[in-house]
Amino acid sequence: MGAEQKKASIFTKVSDTNILLTITITVFLLMYIGAILIQGGAFTKPQMFFNILNANAALIITSVGMSIVMICGGIDISVGGVVALVSMCCAVHLDQHGGSVFTSILIALGIGLAFGIVQGYLVAYLDIQPFIVSLAGMFFARGMTTIVNTAPFNVEHEKFKELMETRIIVPGMGSTTRKGVYVDATVEPGVIVAILLVIILFVVLRWTKTGRSFYAVGGNRQSALMLGINVKRTRFISHLICSTLAGIAGYVYFLHVGSGSASHAMGMEMNAIASSIIGGTLLSGGVGNIIGTLFGVLSLSTIQNIVSNAGLGQAWWTGITIASMLCIFLVIQSVVMTQKKRALK
Amino acid sequence: MKFDLKKLLSNQLLIPFAAIIILCLVNLGYDIVNGASFFSIEVTTNNSGNSVFSGPLITILDYGSELAILAIGMTLVTAASGGQDISVGATIAIAGSAMLRVLCGGNTRPDALAAPIIVGFLAACIVGILCGAFNGLLVAVFRIQPMIATLILFTAGRSIAAWINNNELPIVPDPKFAYFGGFIPGVPIPTTVFIAAGCIILAALALKFTNLGLYTQAVGINESSSRLNGINPTAIKFISFMILGLCVAVAALIKVSRLSTINYSVIAKDIEMDAILAVALGGNALSGGKFNMWASIMGAYIIQFLTTTLYRFKVDSAALPAYKAIVVIILVVFSSPVVRQKMQQRSSMREAAAAKREVA
Repeated sequence: MGAEQKKASIFTKVSDTNILLTITITVFLLMYIGAILIQGGAFTKPQMFFNILNANAALIITSVGMSIVMICGGIDISVGGVVALVSMCCAVHLDQHGGSVFTSILIALGIGLAFGIVQGYLVAYLDIQPFIVSLAGMFFARGMTTIVNTAPFNVEHEKFKELMETRIIVPGMGSTTRKGVYVDATVEPGVIVAILLVIILFVVLRWTKTGRSFYAVGGNRQSALMLGINVKRTRFISHLICSTLAGIAGYVYFLHVGSGSASHAMGMEMNAIASSIIGGTLLSGGVGNIIGTLFGVLSLSTIQNIVSNAGLGQAWWTGITIASMLCIFLVIQSVVMTQKKRALK
Repeated sequence: MKFDLKKLLSNQLLIPFAAIIILCLVNLGYDIVNGASFFSIEVTTNNSGNSVFSGPLITILDYGSELAILAIGMTLVTAASGGQDISVGATIAIAGSAMLRVLCGGNTRPDALAAPIIVGFLAACIVGILCGAFNGLLVAVFRIQPMIATLILFTAGRSIAAWINNNELPIVPDPKFAYFGGFIPGVPIPTTVFIAAGCIILAALALKFTNLGLYTQAVGINESSSRLNGINPTAIKFISFMILGLCVAVAALIKVSRLSTINYSVIAKDIEMDAILAVALGGNALSGGKFNMWASIMGAYIIQFLTTTLYRFKVDSAALPAYKAIVVIILVVFSSPVVRQKMQQRSSMREAAAAKREVA
């Protein structure tokens, strides 16, 4: 009896968000340390970690947006399409219309906002399922990308290339190569944007009224309404934030690859959903944490690197490992939540 | 008989019927302008020398059949679990790959079939049901949201399919295998139409003579009260996913038979989206509960109708989704409860005004 009571108190004391966050961070650390110990090589250098960040800055931004929508009880699967559309439009604007870097950033933000406003209105005010709305949004974005330009191409804009090749040196994280030359560890500008957005949105979700109302609406819409929260506006804002972030992510992605193509960011929405879930966001809403999402993206990309380093070169292993990881996390979440419910009873 | 606008507006079949009428009118307009004919059915000779029916309407019936079969399973899953299975495209790849593996016996270019076609189909059925059972396990037992649970197979499915055949693309040597996705010699109607009709009849019989439909709706409307009434919600959800798995196997047979081979990354691409749209177009609530199987099946054919229409307008196949999305948004906005309520309010206000005038 005593033991049972103790167990109950552990499960009831910690909030849902914290349990899932702890699991995620622990798994990520174990995985990374395991990779250093077993595979060694590239993993021992800090640059490996920064490379993961460089390659996934756009994914971090979309996943953060996805987490916010999911916390609010919705879902947005149009983000991958928006990223592709943004990079294609910016590429065409810079390369064929002689636009400047500044106007291309405005285009990226404009596309994101437009998607956010339309989808948010349909979901929040016309009460249509977010899945269907963003499904149509995804179709629309992918189709529009091909309508804008069919063939993929590289951007040759000078100012843009300069920005693309900018690297920011991380002090104290460099390493010496085999020849004994000291090389600084560098990150791309997109990573700085991603980290800034993560910090800002973490603060917003934690300490602002809007941020807390996301959790309230996602947890229970009826009681949020009773508490005097404007449920419709909150849902609208969550979709607006998600699509705007997708627009920003589109530019960051564009900055990373420097080309426009209809096949860019294929399946990014699924990776974003997977990262959010691994990061401890529940699709049913009301539970989630931006820091967890960041670690979700890192875990996902670390495992991809481990798999390709282990010599399992065949393309299918990546898909299978991500899926099995997702499966394990979902089952852990499910078991933890049932345990908690039982403990509360 | 009095024309009851209110009743008409609240009818579930309004949206599918309206969509069909609009699409027909659009095609008619195109015909008048360009002098083509959409509704004609001609008898032509196909590649293998059979005289068969051809024409846009036949194309819709032919290529809409996989979607119609999937819509049957998807409707049940949606109704029971209040979520959708987004892994159907990937599981079609898995089931098709397993079928090819059995038929070709691991050879890429076999001279003869390694096993009878029926054995290959049964293997596909088993694999399809296993995939459905896996999804069902996660949804029913572990209580994971269906969309997320099926995301696992969605991510891994095509990889697993490639892995089953070692990333080879075996070609089935037997011309009989191509009958399922094409024509049987001497029969002018595509075989897929018969397969779809068979599946629809089976579904209709199952709904009529068993409690499947009633129990599924009960679970979807209120899980706890259905449990209190002696229904096992876990089992019902599990069964609905297994039925979808079976539908997937049949769709895989048609898809693989059309080409006599498989392309793991392209086969049945985006079909999950179309299948979900078919359910939504039929006016079924995507949050579960009451369903209308016929409306879903009609929805499936409407989507094919739309695709065929767009192809007639010379729309590039990659740009197709953009147009589809616009149509879907329009349809969904009109079927949304908020808009419907407003329309009903307006019509009842008009009636009230008319009644007032009569009194005066």
